[in-house]
Amino acid sequence: MLLELVDLEVRYGAIPALSAMSLEIAEGEIVTLLGANGAGKTTTLRSISGLHHPARGRILFEGRDIATMAPHHVMALGISHSPEGRRIFPRMSVTENLEMGAYRRRGAIREDLDRVFQLFPVLGERKRQPGGTLSGGEQQMLAIGRALMSEPRLLLLDEPSMGLAPLIVREIFSIIREIRATGTTILLVEQNATQALRLADRGYVLENGRIVMSDTAGSLLADPRVRAAYLGESAAPA
Amino acid sequence: MCFTQNFWNLVVSGLADGFLYALIAIGYTLVYGVLQLINFAHSEVFMSGGFASYFILNAAIGTSQPHGIASVGFLALGTIGGGLGGAVVAFLLERVAYRPLRRRNAPRLAFLISAIGASYFIYNLAGKEFGRNALEIPSPFTNGPVFTIFGATVQTVYIVVAVAAVIMLVLVDRVVATTRLGKGIRAVAQDAETASLMGVNIDRVISQTFIIGGVLGGAAGFLFGLPFGVVYTMGFTPALKAFTAAVLGGVGNIRGAMIGGLILGIAENLGVACTQASWRDVVAFGILVLVLLIRPTGILGEQLGRAA
Amino acid sequence: MSTVAPRVPLVRRVWRSDDARRGFACVAGGLVLAVMTGPSGSGTAPTSGFTGSLFHVRVVGFVLFGLVLWGLITARSRYSSQVRAFSAKVTAAPRRLLPDRRVRRVVYLAVLGFAIYYPTILNSFWQEVLVDQIGVYVLLAIGLNVVVGYAGLLDLGYVAFYAIGAYSAAYWTGALPIHPLFHLNPFYAIPLAILAAMFAGVLLGVPTLRLRGDYLAIVTLGAGEIIQIVATNLQGVTGGAQGVIGIPHFSVHLFGIRYSWGLDSLPYYYLLLGFVVIVLFAFRSLENSRVGRAWVAIREDEVAAESAGINVLKYKVMAFAIGASTSGFAGMLEASKISFVEPSDLTVQFSILILVLVIFGGMGSLPGAIVGAAVLQWLPQFLRIHPLFGFQQQDLYMYLGALLIVMMIFRPEGIIPSRRRKREIGLAEHGVGHADAMGHTSGPVS
Repeated sequence: MLLELVDLEVRYGAIPALSAMSLEIAEGEIVTLLGANGAGKTTTLRSISGLHHPARGRILFEGRDIATMAPHHVMALGISHSPEGRRIFPRMSVTENLEMGAYRRRGAIREDLDRVFQLFPVLGERKRQPGGTLSGGEQQMLAIGRALMSEPRLLLLDEPSMGLAPLIVREIFSIIREIRATGTTILLVEQNATQALRLADRGYVLENGRIVMSDTAGSLLADPRVRAAYLGESAAPA
Repeated sequence: MCFTQNFWNLVVSGLADGFLYALIAIGYTLVYGVLQLINFAHSEVFMSGGFASYFILNAAIGTSQPHGIASVGFLALGTIGGGLGGAVVAFLLERVAYRPLRRRNAPRLAFLISAIGASYFIYNLAGKEFGRNALEIPSPFTNGPVFTIFGATVQTVYIVVAVAAVIMLVLVDRVVATTRLGKGIRAVAQDAETASLMGVNIDRVISQTFIIGGVLGGAAGFLFGLPFGVVYTMGFTPALKAFTAAVLGGVGNIRGAMIGGLILGIAENLGVACTQASWRDVVAFGILVLVLLIRPTGILGEQLGRAA
Repeated sequence: MSTVAPRVPLVRRVWRSDDARRGFACVAGGLVLAVMTGPSGSGTAPTSGFTGSLFHVRVVGFVLFGLVLWGLITARSRYSSQVRAFSAKVTAAPRRLLPDRRVRRVVYLAVLGFAIYYPTILNSFWQEVLVDQIGVYVLLAIGLNVVVGYAGLLDLGYVAFYAIGAYSAAYWTGALPIHPLFHLNPFYAIPLAILAAMFAGVLLGVPTLRLRGDYLAIVTLGAGEIIQIVATNLQGVTGGAQGVIGIPHFSVHLFGIRYSWGLDSLPYYYLLLGFVVIVLFAFRSLENSRVGRAWVAIREDEVAAESAGINVLKYKVMAFAIGASTSGFAGMLEASKISFVEPSDLTVQFSILILVLVIFGGMGSLPGAIVGAAVLQWLPQFLRIHPLFGFQQQDLYMYLGALLIVMMIFRPEGIIPSRRRKREIGLAEHGVGHADAMGHTSGPVS
């Protein structure tokens, strides 16, 4: 397994946000995490990245426990996180934002920049523009591109389709597919369950900080409970 | 007007003051950028730089009267010594008075109080250890008029201050704009959490930010001490004015701090011409209150600060 | 530097362990304390203070102190549950009894009785300390407590209002070079002094309280400095650097009673005690009123308070002005008691001192402010007579500065915390609310 969460418990003060959470991702997979608002999806990603430290349980990356590591150490191991809400550096140019993604790397990043610009041609047209002035879709592309700059083994994507027009969402999802084709493992958090399950190999469903279901993406897509709870909602235009 | 008669003289001395304010103001602005806090103890960083350069030059120059290339060497030594002194104090300050609170995610009020405590601790400790009388820095050069411009006499010491300050200001501007460290500083200022996801070690960047501010503030302590000497209470007033300069230019904005410093220096000198020397600080304070009333985001706006 | 987080060598592992770091910090703290309490140096012998403190047998004591501290801290964190259980047992009785109104009333009366009786058995030196160093400072501390504790604002120019109170007293009693239309007995000057200070507070507060909280701190810091410059330089109005003399003592000529407070401290003490009790009652009911609840709301979440319809600026200005007027009141009382005002006393340090008293006692806690002021004002006097550990009066602010840092690191809620404030600080540290009014929202960047 590339990543394993074992019996994880995360709290905000006295309030538990995740309990008895277990999850695993194999090399090369796309795994998606579904759930309503506040179910604990973002908390899961933030715990993996070291932004929250769990009260209990282990986070194993290639068998090594990273639960108590600081975010910059976690990222150095090859885990890259494209956070919820995109979080572009607003007063840095597109290029600088991408360079930030490669902050830990010394040496040439020219090729990686070119690769990102190839993946997202629109970013190449806006190289010198401040990140804060991009449109929502462009910012999302920049956030994903930035996360790719560190050449991650595992990419954490938090709601890449949030607040975007359907056309852009489709574009983003097709790019995620391309990224996967290069061998990057992806953990995808989405509200847009249909799209996510079509893309993913497997999925987990979170409710109130607990995993309530886990199966292959195809079975989840067919599961009546999942359809009722998540696909019904996401059928409405995003 | 009261200042028309001596206008250019006042501008020249104002610029010299302004360069010092700019150097100190950058320390406020950088720290404000990464922590969103006014570093109340920055005045003591300045003071420590003054003392460090005093001790170094005292040992190096003694009673000799250097000139020519030796003068330049001693000036560089004093500037570097002051900068190092300031950097050490700034670094320790962050470690002792700020970092434990940051770890705990303490309320901002606690940071300010801790910084004030640090300020009082440091300058009174300096008073205890180094005496409470002003000490004269042995002069690395012989001061005197060098040339006149628009009828204003430019003294050697003004040139020294201007040259040293311009070198440092350009350096810090380039460091923040182009280097990896500068990028880290700007990233932490704009969004610290995301910066950490990019692999930025926030603690280290904050430490380095304090050090850069400390170098500039400490060097300013030396340049200030050249004409006025050093004393344990020397930090308070220049630092308050430098803060005004930082606000004037836009807190968090490096070039703003430079422009704010120069404007404040000149405005203060012109203002004093209309009153008396003893009202000097009142003029500067009046400018601070006016800026806060009219344009609290400063001339250039707040750039490094939090995301708009 | 390796970018991969690390299989570390033993030395670094020890260094990185919390225990070792704590130990290092404790010993370093002991050494700092050794320097603080050691001999002084001078400009010509700048290292003599350090060498005299550190290369001397006494340093052993301080290192031991550091190690003992380390032991205590480590033990406390190891046995935290037992420690908590023990302290719970010890405090169980007062905890149960104190909420009871009648018990509280008895305690208050006992304290008041002690405050009335105790000074009579003191010698005149301590009686004077009790008024000039403690009583006035208690009043000042409970006033600043409204600003810092209740409203969560940082006022570093508290001295400005003290000065305004003192000079108002001088003005209305005819001691200044400029004269009022009619001279007043100090008693009648009290409301005028309070009003003047309050007005100054509103004047300074309205523009700055709109801004971020740290701007208020720096503007008030500047104002405190300015007031001293003005008092020194406005010769024709304030009497200049020499100060004003001849401010009359309080006196009563009413219903056949004629009494003048004179040089004796004790009568002043009782007058002051009366005023302090009145102010205490006023502030306590204020704390429990609508206004007090508004302050709590602003402290805990300014945005929420604003959207709940609370006029944030109004309540901030109110707290600031109440603090200012208390300071003015104290300045007025003290000016009349010692019968002079000197600009050289109106330092920024003075404001910081009052802040330390409030922080040490406990922000937002009236008993805290009183005890804080009493202890910290008594201690230097005590040490002056019994110079323990080489304490020197001129190093006072070095100790106070260190105390502020230590309090903020280890006990930000003060020695007698307000329960509410303590909870807020704890919550804020878990990311809930922010426990101060530093203007996360109403600043220019929002």
